Parts: sequence; structure tokens; C-alpha cells
Amino acid sequence: MPDKFDVAIIGGGVVGCAIARELSRYQLRVVVLERAADVARGTSGKNSGVVHTGINVPTGSRKAALNVAGARVFEDFCKDLDVPFDRVGKVIVALEEDQTPDLESLMARGIANGVPDLEIIDSATLKRMEPNISGAAALNVPTAAIACPYSLNIALAESSAEAGVEFMLNSPVTAINGDEGDFQITTPGGTVNAALIVNSAGLFSDKIARMVGIKRWRIWPCRGEYVILDKRAGSLINSMVYPVPPKGGAGLGVHITPTTDGNILLGPSADYTNDADDVRTTPKIRRQLLKEAAEFLPALSPRDVITAYSGMRPKLVPSKVGGFGDFVLEEVPEQLGMMNLVGIESPGLTASPAIADEISGWVRERIPAKKNSNFKGKWTAVDRVRDETPEKIDALIGEDPAYGEIICRCEMVTRKEIIDSINNGLEATSLNAIKYRSRATMGRCQGGFCGPRIIDLLIENGHSPESLTLTGGDSWLFLGSVEDLRKGRTREAVEAGN
Amino acid sequence: MSSHEQADVAVIGGGPAGLAAAAEAKAAGASRVLLLERDDRVGGILNQQVHDGFGTKVFNEALTGPEYAAIYEDRVNEREVETWLKTHVINVTKDRLITVHSDKGLRTIEAGSVVLSMGCRERTRGAIGTAGTRPAGVFTAGAVQNYMNVRNLAVGRKVVILGSGDIGLIMARRLKLEGAEVVCVAEILPQPSGIGANLVRCLEDFDIPLYLSTTVVEIHGKSRVTGVTLAEVGPKMGEKKGTRRFIECDTLLLSVGLIPENELTNKIGIITNPVTTGAVVDDSFRTSVPGIFSCGNVLQVHDVVDYATMESEKAGTAAAIWATTGKLPDADIKVSAGAGLRYVLPATISGTDAVDFTMRSWREEHDQSVIFKSGGEEVRRLRMPHMEPAGMIRVRVGKGRFRRIVNNELTVEVGA
Repeated sequence: MPDKFDVAIIGGGVVGCAIARELSRYQLRVVVLERAADVARGTSGKNSGVVHTGINVPTGSRKAALNVAGARVFEDFCKDLDVPFDRVGKVIVALEEDQTPDLESLMARGIANGVPDLEIIDSATLKRMEPNISGAAALNVPTAAIACPYSLNIALAESSAEAGVEFMLNSPVTAINGDEGDFQITTPGGTVNAALIVNSAGLFSDKIARMVGIKRWRIWPCRGEYVILDKRAGSLINSMVYPVPPKGGAGLGVHITPTTDGNILLGPSADYTNDADDVRTTPKIRRQLLKEAAEFLPALSPRDVITAYSGMRPKLVPSKVGGFGDFVLEEVPEQLGMMNLVGIESPGLTASPAIADEISGWVRERIPAKKNSNFKGKWTAVDRVRDETPEKIDALIGEDPAYGEIICRCEMVTRKEIIDSINNGLEATSLNAIKYRSRATMGRCQGGFCGPRIIDLLIENGHSPESLTLTGGDSWLFLGSVEDLRKGRTREAVEAGN
Repeated sequence: MSSHEQADVAVIGGGPAGLAAAAEAKAAGASRVLLLERDDRVGGILNQQVHDGFGTKVFNEALTGPEYAAIYEDRVNEREVETWLKTHVINVTKDRLITVHSDKGLRTIEAGSVVLSMGCRERTRGAIGTAGTRPAGVFTAGAVQNYMNVRNLAVGRKVVILGSGDIGLIMARRLKLEGAEVVCVAEILPQPSGIGANLVRCLEDFDIPLYLSTTVVEIHGKSRVTGVTLAEVGPKMGEKKGTRRFIECDTLLLSVGLIPENELTNKIGIITNPVTTGAVVDDSFRTSVPGIFSCGNVLQVHDVVDYATMESEKAGTAAAIWATTGKLPDADIKVSAGAGLRYVLPATISGTDAVDFTMRSWREEHDQSVIFKSGGEEVRRLRMPHMEPAGMIRVRVGKGRFRRIVNNELTVEVGA
């Protein structure tokens, strides 16, 4: 690791990693500091995966400009990184006639923001497009798309790492000293020196700013719960189905979103909380999500629910104000040399390539750099058997028999894909790191069959059972062998070899 | 495609059901029988069930799971069934063209008959919607059984078990014997889900408390489980106010039910029974698609492996007869579940041979009878000292009795 970096990016979410990838085009020494055991563990990994067109954002705002600019390049952004992207379109459905004026005002704003091909459709047209959806009218947004948010985040990180960006996982920043040109950033693993800082810490961006005396922002975490439906329910809808956004709400309302893997998401709810890590799920919200979604989609069955999860919005507005704040991308006089990205909630995923572009400009204005020959414009993680034709699958198995062994049968993930995920470029080793890279354990059995087999592969690849975690940190999976249990040894003692 | 093969009978899934079906298919005259198994060995879940009690009906002795499986593994080998391990069936058509994925590439098999014996999987936290955080330390009971008994790994030291299914009860004892503290077993229903014998052998004998009408309403812990909140539930499963209590633990085991693995069944387009979620079958274990049979836990969740074996032997025999002769007796007599029964299997019978009917009751019953009726008249009646929803009821009806059937209909019910 170099003595000093040109740029330290604090936060390995989609924005931090998009910036890392953009900077990896140049001969710059870049480090990404991530507090969790993997990238994409905060807001970026747990959202609807929607590539927003820009109909929901206030005309003339920073957010609108970045949203529209991001949406324009998003398909190529995903294609370059071999990330699933699908322009499924969106319908914003008015349940009753009296919501039609809301559709018209959304359409007007969309047109003002430069969103193409918008049209209001009647009930019969909606029924033709979405036979299972009932509504009085709808705004059709054919250019809206979906992408796999965590796959994108991981691909951005791993492609950057391959081009030379350093990733320090399990590295929460606890203090920042020094000044532009010579920052000292403290983490539990040691101090990192850097000339410039990008604060892309999302839910904790206010706390990072406060470390250098910037007190002007406060993040209000706002939890959004989702339920995820089995792929067998995936054919119920063709496009994203949104309600008319609730006025003054913290989100866009409970929507029904297909995923690039063929599941359906219901959610998210919007509940302010004091703890950004409090990603619990509750039966009340689960019932509410199913009930609200069933108003549009009566064919929905609670039996199709695979699991529930929560994401967290880094909001700049408290609940009593409601609604949304604008994105903040600011270097402020209190601390030059540090770029603060604050309040990047929805549509942050869509805006990430545009934000990365802007921040790359800011960095290179201060530190001019030549092109990096190790940067790859096109990057592929691994061949995924489930996406391939029979001929290609046969060829892959011929090349490597590990492609012939299906470990996760729900998601059709082979031994080869698991091994490639274990040996990822970020050296992220938790069970969830493998899950988000390979999709193993994400299906209807939730790892019942493949879990033990993935554990075998981790052990074969040099990890001791007692060192294995679900998400890093203290999320241990095994205390040791059955004998260790019998003899009353603690996991710590087993790990220390006592 | 790498290759195209032909077989008289192809059996999908090499657990106890598939082993029995394949062995009997071969014995009944099928010349080439393929047993397709995704794991690296046959035996299925029996391989991790090191406790004894298997085989009491078939062999009249109590064997361990691996011992029971070994008998049938030897049998398929002796009878020269071809077993393909690490072989994953990715598709089956109505015309019985099977596509498999293995390290030999993708292969297709044209089968005279297909036996579906894929078994079942465990219901997970997501499926039952337990609230709270998502830490490490929440496992299904069967997964823990696998980690402990096959992989020699211990998952935790202080354990709460949710659900009183048999695997959960057996794991309560196993964990306790290996030095873990099993704080309690919580069961949302007012009665246990596991069979009575296991309640005594696994809980009472080890002083592990069982709380009925009680469930986990919240899981705590950000990284690893730090505890669970239990609460009592009322008759409609709603939480009773004021009954919440926090229990410290590092592990939550779920034993909350089994789901038959009918994804292939549904993909083929076979008609299923909404109660069992398995295929609708006749007394030859034929499904609605000609030449495709179903047996074992994928058809209905059994309480005792011996019965899954007996059922699968019949299915394997029938599959071989169909593949070699194209003939099985027509099953025109419709069977339906009447008062007191959740379901009864098979759905149709031919009446040409004795039938072992299997069924489950809605409630626990004492000194009641299972009554077979046709045209309002009794065909057969069997006194049952005890019935419980956790136990499968199995009643044999000899073919002579079927002469009393009128209008091709037979109803089975519980009565005094």
C-alpha cells in the first residue's frame, strides 16, 4: 500500500465505487475505506434497483440534472460492467379517477425535466399492458428501467480494484486530521494518508463531515421495508407498477418492482429511525405492504413471499418537514480538499455515473493525471450458467467441470461461480459476500440445501469454520467443532487455537 | 447437447423414496433404470439422521438413518440400477424428455416412465415472516443437523427452538447431549407438531420446556443473535398483550414445517392437490401426466420413512409396468376426504387391488374411527385409539371391500 494516496473515498456504496471506477481511468492512487465487511452493505445494496427517468424530481434541482444525466448513460454503464439491466418501463397508476390530475402534473414535470415518451393511458390500455393490474388511469413511463443494484456496486468495486484502486474493508473511519494535501484518516486498522477526501459515507456522511468540524448537515435515517416474492410470481407484472406518490411522503409510495432476476419486490415503507443500522423488519409493515400492493395486484398471494428485508434512506429532511431534500455535492470553506456527498438518497443509484463524472473532474482539477493503461472499459466478473444457452453451458463445462456442478439449485449457481465469488478481488469473505456475487442462497430455500456446500468450499479454500461470518464483524456462524461445543470452548478460544 | 440417452424408468431424487422406487422398478422388469441424484451420494436426508428409530415398520428393528439408507443403496447397486450422482435435473417435458446438468455437460434422457421423488425442503424464517433484525445464528433445524452430524460443526451454545416439528425435537436432544443449553422449544399451535414419542424422548427426558401457543415475535442482535422475544398467541394466532418476554440466546433454530419440492412437478404442468401441494395421484401413483409418477415426501410429507419407502416401492413397480407394457388398471373410483380429514391419498383408485390409503386428521382425536363410505353405506371402518395432525394415518383396504362401491365414489371420514 502506498504511503500516501491521492484520494481517499470514504464509503463503498454505489456512489463511492462509481467514483473509484471513474478515477481508476487515471494514474491516481485511490483508496476506498468501507466500514462493513463488503461493499454495497448500506443503502446501495438494499433498494428497488430502479433506474429513474427524472419525473419525480424538482425541475432545476441538482438532483434533476444528475438524475437525467445518469439515466442517459445507465444502460451502457451496466453493459460495460456486465450488470443486469432491463428497460421494463413503469406505469404510475391512479386507482381512482380523482388522482388523474396528479398524473398530469407528474407528466408535466417529467416533460420539463426532459423525460421522453410520456403518455397518460386509460384503464383499458393499462389492462392490455398489465392484465393483472387494476386502475382508473396511468402515466406510462416507457424509458424507466431496472438494474441489479448490488451487482452494479460490486462490479464497480471489483473492476476498480483490478485497475489498481485499494479497498480497505472493515475500516470505519474514526477521526480525520490534517488538511488538504495531507489528511490523516484514522481507522481501527491504522492511519491512511491522502491528499483529497471524498465523503461518500451515505448514512454516516454527516458524521464524517463533523469529524472535520462541518456541522451544517444532519442525516435522518428512514427505513424502507421490502418483501421479496418467489420467481413463480414474477410473471404477474411486465413493468414497474407505482402508485401516485403520497404528498409530503418520505418515499414514492409502495411500488411493485420486477427485479432483473425475475423476482418481484413490494415496498418500500418509510419509517424514520434514530439508528441507521436498525434494518429490522416488522410483521405490521409486511402485512401493510402486501395489503397496499394487493390494491393494484389482486392476484398477489402471501404464499409467494420468500423473505423480507429493509434498506435505509439517508434523508436530509426530518419527518416533520417531509418530502425530499436536494443532493449535496459540496466542498465547503471549513474544510477544503474534502468533497462532501450528502443526502444522496433516491435517485442516487441512477445519478451515480453522473456524480462520479463530476467528482472525477473535481479531483483532476487538483491532481492532473495521465490515463491508466490497466483500466478496462469492458469488465466481466464470471460467466453465469443461468444466463447462458445450452451450447454455451456445454462449452463452459468442457472448459471447467466445476461449471457442471450446481450448488445452489434455486438460483442455478455452479461450483465454479461460488469459487470465483470466494476469490473475489476485494477479498470479502463473508457468506453474504458470496451471496451477493453469485446469488447462491437467495432463492426460495434461502440456503437450506446449498449453505453447507458453500461452507465446504470456504473451508476448502483455506477459511477455518470459526472464522466464517455472515456479514463480517461479530456475525460468526460456527463456534467450532462439535467437540469444541462439548468441551465448553468459546469461539474466541477455538479461533485463537486454545 | 453432449448426449442423448434412453431409459425405461428415470427416478428423480435419490433419497429414501427414489432408492425404493428405483430398486423396485428394476425388480419389476424395467431393463434400464436411472437414478438421478444432485448430491454426491444417495440417501438424501437420512445421511444426516444419525439417531435411531428408522425401519421399525419395514425391518422390525430400529436403525439409524445412514444404516437404513445403506440397505437400499446396496439394493439398487445389486439390482444394477444406474445411479448418476451430482446430476441436476433442470427440465422434464410432458413427453418425459429429461434434461440434466452435470460435469459431463448437458444430457437428455428419453424415459419410458419418470418417477418424481424430490423430497421436501424446510420452511425458512422468510416464509414465516419472523420480525426483527437479520443477524447470523438463525438456522433451520435440518441445516443444523447437517452441520453437526455430517460436517462436525457446532452452530452455537445457547439455543431457542421455534416449532415442535420432529427434526426440531431431535435436534433439541442432540444439542443438549453435546453440551449446548437448549432454553426452550416454542410452538405457535396449541398442540405439538412432532409425534408424541419424540416429545417424551427428546424434551421431557432432558427437562427441555415446551411452550405451546407461543412464538418468537422478534429476533434481536445486529451481528449475531443476542436473544429472541417470545409471546403467547390467542386462538387466531394474534399476539396476546402483556405476554412478551426476552430470552437471551445466541442461536435460533427453526423447525416450522416442510415444503414438498414440487417445482419440477409444477413446471411439467402436473395437477396438484392444494392441501398437500403434491401431485394428485391414483393408486398406482400415476400423476395427471401419463407416464409420470410421484412418491415420497414430494407427494405428501410423511412422519415415518418406512411408509415413504412402501409407497415408493409401489410407485416404482407401477412405473416399470407402464414403461414395459403401457398398461395399468384404470382408476375410475374417485376418493374424497370427508369430515375430520385434511386430505386423503390416492385421489382415485382402480378397485382391482388392495390400497393403502394415507391421510391426516385436522385435530387430535381419541377413540374415533376412520370410515370409508360409498353411496351412504359403510365400506370399511377402522377404530383408531389415537389420531393427531402430526401423524400420518395409514389404512389398508382389501380389494374385496371395493365391490361395495357404487357410482365410482368413495368418501373417507372420521366418525364415532
